[in-house]
Amino acid sequence: MEIILLLFVFVLAAFLGFELISKVPSQLHTPLMSGSNAISGITIVGALLASGHQDFGGMAKWFGFVGLILATINVVGGYLVTDRMLGMFKSKK
Amino acid sequence: MEQFINISYIVASVLFIFGIKMLGSADTARKGNALSAGGMLLAIVVTLLKQGIVDFPMIAIGLLIGAVIGGFWAKKVQMTGMPELVALFNGFGGLASVMVGWAEFQRISASGVAGTAVTYTAIVLAVLIGGITFTGSLIAYLKLSGKMGGKATTFGGQKLLNLLLFVILVIAGIITSMNGNYGAFIAVLFVALLLGVLGVIPIGGGDMPVVIALLNSLSGLAASAAGFAINNNVLVVAGCLVGASGLILSTIMCKAMNRTLGNVLFGSFGAAAGGGAGAKVEGEMKPVSVQDAYYVLEAAQSVVFVPGYGMAVAQAQHAVKELGEILEKNGAEVRHAIHPVAGRMPGHMNVLLAEADVPYEQLTEMDDVNPIMSTVDVAIVIGANDVVNPAAVEDETSPIYGMPIINVHEAKTVFALKRGEGAGFSGLVNTLFFRPSTRMLYGDAKETVTSLIAEFKD
Repeated sequence: MEIILLLFVFVLAAFLGFELISKVPSQLHTPLMSGSNAISGITIVGALLASGHQDFGGMAKWFGFVGLILATINVVGGYLVTDRMLGMFKSKK
Repeated sequence: MEQFINISYIVASVLFIFGIKMLGSADTARKGNALSAGGMLLAIVVTLLKQGIVDFPMIAIGLLIGAVIGGFWAKKVQMTGMPELVALFNGFGGLASVMVGWAEFQRISASGVAGTAVTYTAIVLAVLIGGITFTGSLIAYLKLSGKMGGKATTFGGQKLLNLLLFVILVIAGIITSMNGNYGAFIAVLFVALLLGVLGVIPIGGGDMPVVIALLNSLSGLAASAAGFAINNNVLVVAGCLVGASGLILSTIMCKAMNRTLGNVLFGSFGAAAGGGAGAKVEGEMKPVSVQDAYYVLEAAQSVVFVPGYGMAVAQAQHAVKELGEILEKNGAEVRHAIHPVAGRMPGHMNVLLAEADVPYEQLTEMDDVNPIMSTVDVAIVIGANDVVNPAAVEDETSPIYGMPIINVHEAKTVFALKRGEGAGFSGLVNTLFFRPSTRMLYGDAKETVTSLIAEFKD
């Protein structure tokens, strides 16, 4: 049942994603991409569990640890760089 | 507590949705990014509350290392280096999903209790998509940063090799899904990493906007697959949102080149240099001196800059902005016309010009500038090539026929700033340069613009 629920959520999210950004002005393409790239770093939640949860030990824990570092780079770097970019998009007048 | 965590995940998902939505409009974009960052923080914090999380030192060290590296790069990067940084971050996200999938697989293998076919399949997908994203992004990074040639690289038997790898992948994937065989799992990982390399190598530099957008989409899907593997709804939702929005961005880019996604990925465009270069070009390329160009510009009432990747390479954006200001003071109307696929990343030129403080109002989209092009006195093409090639509208035999372009050939005078006489990335001859109204300004774009500024100041 769990898997059906997740699939259900997945399909709905896909449609939502398509609807959300049907029309984006091209000057925002880069920030949109790097901003959504930061969101894909959500895999950090999985990495947190793998590196800190008691069920994970030995090698599995270390895989999680590597994943945690990488995902954190993706998340922190992604959000900061997007913010920096958008900060420059100020209108002058 | 489990309830509370799941509700918080829902809130985080909502914040992501609003964040993406707000990123789509100029006034709200920055706030949107902050909202989605808030969602991420919430998801991270409540995950730490989960029962069974014991090793906080390990987590703290991982977060610290990642935050320092990511923060440092984000602060340090030049705007011209933005495409490769986004590619790199994207690759790390993909590899992170691989590691999450691998950790789960390792945990199941070590526990001695076999996992379900559903879990194994999800793990295979996470590792497969994440692996392709990782090496694909890495190759894109190398190409974009110039550490590797931007040209499309092809070799004999490439298609056959890809097919062979695909067959191995399917077999290894099925075996892994059925019984969690470790060897088959490693085979999946290995083939995925190889496919990422082989998939991006044959794609030329000019097609990079599509590739980056697509890899971005894949990194989201990898996270989503990892979510299925560990039964986590926020991963599924957030990953899928990114997957869908990235796919849309890729198709927008493809449309701007009048090509299909399949053609970009498998067409090896730009490898067959000049193949079917179209009709013979009449006329010749006529150079002009900076001084003569100055006289024309001085009299111009309306000027349009058309930047391309060459402007990024020459780092000419600040000089361009200064020239634009001088022209405005001189009474001319100044615009910057930006083609959707100019540069190496979606929206690349906008980022550069924004960095140079060019007012937002002067940045004009292709569809808005084309109708008024015939009233423009001078169009200054700076390191752009295929996006202003009139062959795309006139020559039916041209490989780029049908691609929407900025119609600079309709302007009264065109100045083309160009390093030399060579063709663009696609290897196509640009008939614009041979037009009677076009004058060539050879040399480094930044130097040329700077000497034009000097002429005005004298």
